[in-house]
Amino acid sequence: MKLQLQGITKRFGTFTANDQIDLVVQPGEIHALLGENGAGKSTLMNVLYGLYEPTEGTILVDDAPVAFKGPGDAMAAGIGMVHQHFMLVPVLTVAENIMLGAEQTSRGMLDLRRARKLVRELSDRHHLEVDPDAKVEDLPVGIQQRVEILKALAREAKVLILDEPTAVLTPQETDHLMEVMRSLKEQGTSLVFISHKLREVREVADTITVIRRGKVVGTAEPTATAAELAALMVGRTVQLRVDKEPAQPRDVILDVDKLRVVDAAGQVLVDDISFSVRGGEIYAIAGVQGNGQTELTEAIVGLIEPASGRVVIDGEDVTEDTTYDILRAGVGYVPEDRAHDGLVSSFSIAENLVLDMHDQAPFGGRIQLNNKEIAKNAIARVEEFDVRTTSASAPASTLSGGNQQKVVLARELSRPLRLFVVSQPTRGVDVGSMEFVHKRIVAERDRGAAVLLVSTELDEVVSLADRIGVMYRGAIVGELPPTASAQEFGLLMGGQQGDTGDHDTKESA
Amino acid sequence: MSAPTTDEELVVHHKVVQVGPSRARQTAVAIALIVIGLFVAIVLASTGTHPNAKFGFDAGGARVHVPTLSLPEAPFCIVVGALIVLAGIYHLVRGFTPAAMRWVGSAVGVLFLLAFLAWAGTGGRTVQFTSLLQQGLFLAAPLILGAMGGILCERSGVINVAIEGQMLAGAFAGALLGTVAGLFAGIVAAIVVGGLLGLLLAVFAIRFLVNQVILGVVLNVLALGLTGYLFDAIMANNSNGTDNPGFFGPAKVPLLGDIPVIGPVVFDQNYIIYAMYVIVIVIDVALIRTRWGLRTRAVGEHPQAADTVGINVLRLRYQNVVLGGCVAGLAGALLTIGSVGAFTKNISSGQGFIALAAVIFGRWTPRGALGAALLFGFAGALQSVLSFLNPPLQINSNLLGMLPYVVTIFAVAGLVGRVRAPAADGEPYVKGSA
Ligand SMILES: Nc1ncnc2c1ncn2[C@@H]1O[C@H](COP(=O)(O)OP(=O)(O)OP(=O)(O)O)[C@@H](O)[C@H]1O
Ligand SMILES: [Mg+2]
Repeated sequence: MKLQLQGITKRFGTFTANDQIDLVVQPGEIHALLGENGAGKSTLMNVLYGLYEPTEGTILVDDAPVAFKGPGDAMAAGIGMVHQHFMLVPVLTVAENIMLGAEQTSRGMLDLRRARKLVRELSDRHHLEVDPDAKVEDLPVGIQQRVEILKALAREAKVLILDEPTAVLTPQETDHLMEVMRSLKEQGTSLVFISHKLREVREVADTITVIRRGKVVGTAEPTATAAELAALMVGRTVQLRVDKEPAQPRDVILDVDKLRVVDAAGQVLVDDISFSVRGGEIYAIAGVQGNGQTELTEAIVGLIEPASGRVVIDGEDVTEDTTYDILRAGVGYVPEDRAHDGLVSSFSIAENLVLDMHDQAPFGGRIQLNNKEIAKNAIARVEEFDVRTTSASAPASTLSGGNQQKVVLARELSRPLRLFVVSQPTRGVDVGSMEFVHKRIVAERDRGAAVLLVSTELDEVVSLADRIGVMYRGAIVGELPPTASAQEFGLLMGGQQGDTGDHDTKESA
Repeated sequence: MSAPTTDEELVVHHKVVQVGPSRARQTAVAIALIVIGLFVAIVLASTGTHPNAKFGFDAGGARVHVPTLSLPEAPFCIVVGALIVLAGIYHLVRGFTPAAMRWVGSAVGVLFLLAFLAWAGTGGRTVQFTSLLQQGLFLAAPLILGAMGGILCERSGVINVAIEGQMLAGAFAGALLGTVAGLFAGIVAAIVVGGLLGLLLAVFAIRFLVNQVILGVVLNVLALGLTGYLFDAIMANNSNGTDNPGFFGPAKVPLLGDIPVIGPVVFDQNYIIYAMYVIVIVIDVALIRTRWGLRTRAVGEHPQAADTVGINVLRLRYQNVVLGGCVAGLAGALLTIGSVGAFTKNISSGQGFIALAAVIFGRWTPRGALGAALLFGFAGALQSVLSFLNPPLQINSNLLGMLPYVVTIFAVAGLVGRVRAPAADGEPYVKGSA
């Protein structure tokens, strides 16, 4: 199926998110869309999928113009989409989610047996293994994404849109997804692929279209170098590697001692972890998603109560303290899930930027908020962090994914920090902003703060960290210096405790 | 092609240790059980005024006669109390699993009530056990139907606080049309009027995005005022011509109605209650097994996801809210043409709110709500039976009537876990505002 977008313009009020975009997706090709945060990629795809009505322009399917009233029409025309934020009903099973909206019935009742069979067939054919009877909420994100893909395939999508599918995947899952994409392509499906990771785009795409500030600014061959692509996206040369001075470690600021977190079902999510981070150094926790990293950071900032162990910040035991007090003591915290835990999405950007300082001068006192100062602060932060928005008084929910992340970072970095706990700082962030975020984290270190970085991106970990602990099944199974090979990391992340003694850099850096 | 990754590789297997739900809560529940058991074994066993309690099992026109049971009260209470204490001790020492606790909790509740009845039955009068259950089901019926109306709305994501008003309006319409055009016309009128109130709720909640709780309260006030006014204007002076519909009496089902105990309780009720059985079963099955049910659940949990697969979220919500109103209207009919045969001001007297409580207590499932409503209905019947029984201690019957609720609260604290509403309940859906 050939898909053509002609002169698509989409405006939100006075803001033009898509400006006269022309795009052709040829049958059986993987077409990558590149662009900065807020460039308008998701908006364009939502128009294509019938979720937004275009302000101007036409969509042509096999050279015939079509008008989509809603996603139902788009699906009927053979367009499927895996959204940046998954569109699955958590309490339903995989089979129920896949049949939803296109249910087969027999004698008035849902034909679950047929749905299961369909799921099994599709997952065999496309190597997307998944249990049709599992509840979606119990599945890890990687599998949820398979469900999303299967959902589109079950509707016989000829064009499959994947909006940042790899942002939440582990490297293994990403590799597997790319295999799936290639095999879909071989079977004649066209794919539109959005990603901020240039490596993936170069590896898998046949055609690359770059969008900047709502306009198509050019196309590129997959043979182009990462630096060329980055420059085309951002409009300037981007430094893809972090350069930083060797760390100048000072006194210990964060000391975690035998910390243990157990959930209600008895799973030991954090298993007697001990480590310390000095001022002026970046300590990174590497590991595959879901090995207890989230719970470790949440326990440190007091969001969950550890079963045992201690957290000491600047020599004071804060294990029992509230999150409010811990943040007040000079801790900055960027949670892994910005949309849920980092922002109040119905609040304005300006309000979000002072969420944890609203009761402190100059933003407010015991009773009153100082809206003038809040607005002033917002303008400065939006400028400093290059948050792409029409207005700082717009609700945070209108921001693109990457820009939401920048708001969270901007807030946490706008007060003097002793300890900066940051999870997945560049998830969904474009290369230009990634450079900026990395620089800010290093700057924070050089100012003397202790930085605890949690990231599942090995590249990010090795380029930023001074020391690296690898987490596996709730425990730190070993420490490696950033110079260790990918293979060494791979082994540790898979739980093989090789002899890592030589690399143990604890207290030595 | 590289080997596909399996689920196994992706799911992280953490070490697992034994944890109780919460030690403090477990201890509290265990102690409560022990206290209840001791209360039964000591207080109830020693204060009976007569050694034996009589239980009668005949009711209405049952053809099969079940002999009256004469139960030695003190030994019975001691055994029951001991069992409850044992359960408490076991829970304290070893701990029941949450699944087992469900059964233990229900069993303790039933045992306690039996012991309590035996105690109350020592006052010299026979405890008419079958009629007690029959009466309980009868009182529960409007609550059950009202709760079904609530479930239809809420599972699709619209909060229905207006069950009370819908019932009241249904009761009024049923009485009026029942008098003027016959009982069956009364039923239809009750359903239509309930549906109209549902439509009003739907339009304001779905189209104009009015806060659904406030809206429900307003609709209740509207129904109360309107029926009150119309009662004064139409019925008060001419009750024979406008408020004298008669009522559906019990209609015994042949054969089934003759089964001992169950027959009179379940199969000797009126037509509306028979319709209620069908409605409960249909909703229970349809919600899980049909296309409509699947879509309803999806829309109530994640409307945007439903929208992206081409489901018309708003239309489905309209449908369900109106349908829910119809069912609640029918519940209202039970209050007039299903029982007393006349409308009086505020005849629903808060039963719609109890139905709402049953929805929540029953975790938004038809079965759960059914159970909760039955419990509430049974509690009501118990209260009226107690005032007749002449129990050993002359306690205010209202106070005694509270007992089942008190027991429930303890039982539920142990056996019902976290209650979770449909995720999008009360959230209006606006397209394109992710
Ligand atoms: N509903 C909306 N109302 C107002 N503005 C919006 C709305 N949705 C998106 N925008 C704006 O449109 C622009 C494009 O957003 P879009 O989500 O398409 O970006 P994107 O290219 O997908 O970025 P990212 O890579 O960060 O996901 C952003 O500046 C965003 O703030
Ligand atoms: Mg996007």
